[in-house]
Amino acid sequence: MAEKIRIGCGAGFSGDRLEPALILTEKGNLDYLVLECLAERTIALAQKRKQLDPNAGYDVLLERRIEGLLPLLLKHKTRLITNMGAANPIAGAKKILEIAKKLGLKVKIAVVLGDDVFEQLSGEELSLEGNQPLNSYGKLVSANAYLGVEAILPALATDAQIILTGRVADPSLFLAPMVHELGWDKENSDLMGKGTVLGHLMECAGQITGGYFADPVSKPVPNMHILGHPILEVSRDGGGIISKVDGTGGLINTQTAKEQLLYEVLDPGNYFTPDTVADFRSVRLEEIGPNKLKVTGGTGKPKPETLKVSVGYQAGWIGEGEISYAGAHAVERAKLAGEIIQKRIGNLFDEFRVDYIGLSSLHGESLSQGSAPYEVRLRIAGKSKNQALTQLVGEEVEALYTNGPAGGGGARKFLNEIIGVVSILMDRTQIHPTIQVFES
Amino acid sequence: MSQKLADIAHSRAGDKGNTLVLSLFPLEEKNYELLVEKVTADKVKQHLAHQLKGSVIRHEIPELKALLFTCESALASGVTTSLAMDAHGKSLSYALLEMRI
Repeated sequence: MAEKIRIGCGAGFSGDRLEPALILTEKGNLDYLVLECLAERTIALAQKRKQLDPNAGYDVLLERRIEGLLPLLLKHKTRLITNMGAANPIAGAKKILEIAKKLGLKVKIAVVLGDDVFEQLSGEELSLEGNQPLNSYGKLVSANAYLGVEAILPALATDAQIILTGRVADPSLFLAPMVHELGWDKENSDLMGKGTVLGHLMECAGQITGGYFADPVSKPVPNMHILGHPILEVSRDGGGIISKVDGTGGLINTQTAKEQLLYEVLDPGNYFTPDTVADFRSVRLEEIGPNKLKVTGGTGKPKPETLKVSVGYQAGWIGEGEISYAGAHAVERAKLAGEIIQKRIGNLFDEFRVDYIGLSSLHGESLSQGSAPYEVRLRIAGKSKNQALTQLVGEEVEALYTNGPAGGGGARKFLNEIIGVVSILMDRTQIHPTIQVFES
Repeated sequence: MSQKLADIAHSRAGDKGNTLVLSLFPLEEKNYELLVEKVTADKVKQHLAHQLKGSVIRHEIPELKALLFTCESALASGVTTSLAMDAHGKSLSYALLEMRI
């Protein structure tokens, strides 16, 4: 049984940078590297890719990440835990074997399965968000349960260097190696709570080292361009020390940690995961050196009887168009353009929106009153189940060049299919995680 | 004398579906009580009225010198289907910090 283990977090979302993960693996003296790459909607989009191609549906950056990381992981005997399997962990594992072969390396991968519960849905289940039957939202495309530590532990019990999962709760990616290495009883709610606190602090990678934090006026952070990602050293008593590799940019202190501790937390006394209901209110943070933070406290209650399931559905299309105005009467000309579009096509859509970027697109009219920007960008967005109709949004905005106010420049148009996500709860006895091992 | 929250506090925005979560911390711990007194749930709801269509619940966490506002029906329809520029509401921490106290 280990006294302490070191876990790095090299990615906090699907599009995260690769360089910090490479530096962590090379210089972080890590036992484990975690890459957290799945947001609520990411897995539904991955399910759609899998429908078009049965060999797709894992993280789109998996190939690039594994090519860069695999030699370093094997050299430093660091195990990788990642949810880059997304909607198709088996295809992801096969891709990793292919990459290993190309690099002349041998690797063993344990895949965690069982989060995909799409076949178990009737469509009559009521959503947590609107208390409406799932079928009423649109054609369902995916359903993935948030698995926890119990699903990951059997994979860690193998000697695989890579543990590849689909949907698991983000903090569980960190809590699982703690339970595995430090001899924790997963029914010990206090330790599950403490480990979940630490996992939650780590799961967004750069968001605890100065990313999503820096403000040059009130909260300056040094060397953001080489922002380092965090390392957690966790002890058997559930306490942790968070740091980063020397020489990397960024900042770790009580301020960065507090912002991350409460990030996306609905109730600090009841943070639901598959492993526990954690209580963050008694967490203590102490700066014990430059970019070195000691985390103690926090606790938990027994794990919930149900698991959250994210359900993806086809929600139609969003068409967007943008065009800019600058100089004298810029705001007036942009507003005229907005009115013209509203009158031409505004009533054709299920939802329609006119924004003035630089003025009121983010915080609305009331907070921007009295500000007079030099330039302003009109943005139009329309939503519909009819793809051809949503294409019209960008076309009409572009046509403002010759059919709208003076001096309109830089028109751009966008068209995106949208996958909506709602949630249900499923009894955990209905969900059966398994593992499958792949080896070169 | 009125001042902006941005002068004495920092904040981070997070989202879960159509619920917006705003944390608020004093830049200097001595100002925590001032935030508790001035930045009530009602005040936040009023300040961000254009955005917040549901209830606002305030959690006080004295051990961390932190306030947390859980705002329901706050993100149009939520990140996956909203037409908003900032569908996550990630920029809304700075809307809160515009509040004058």
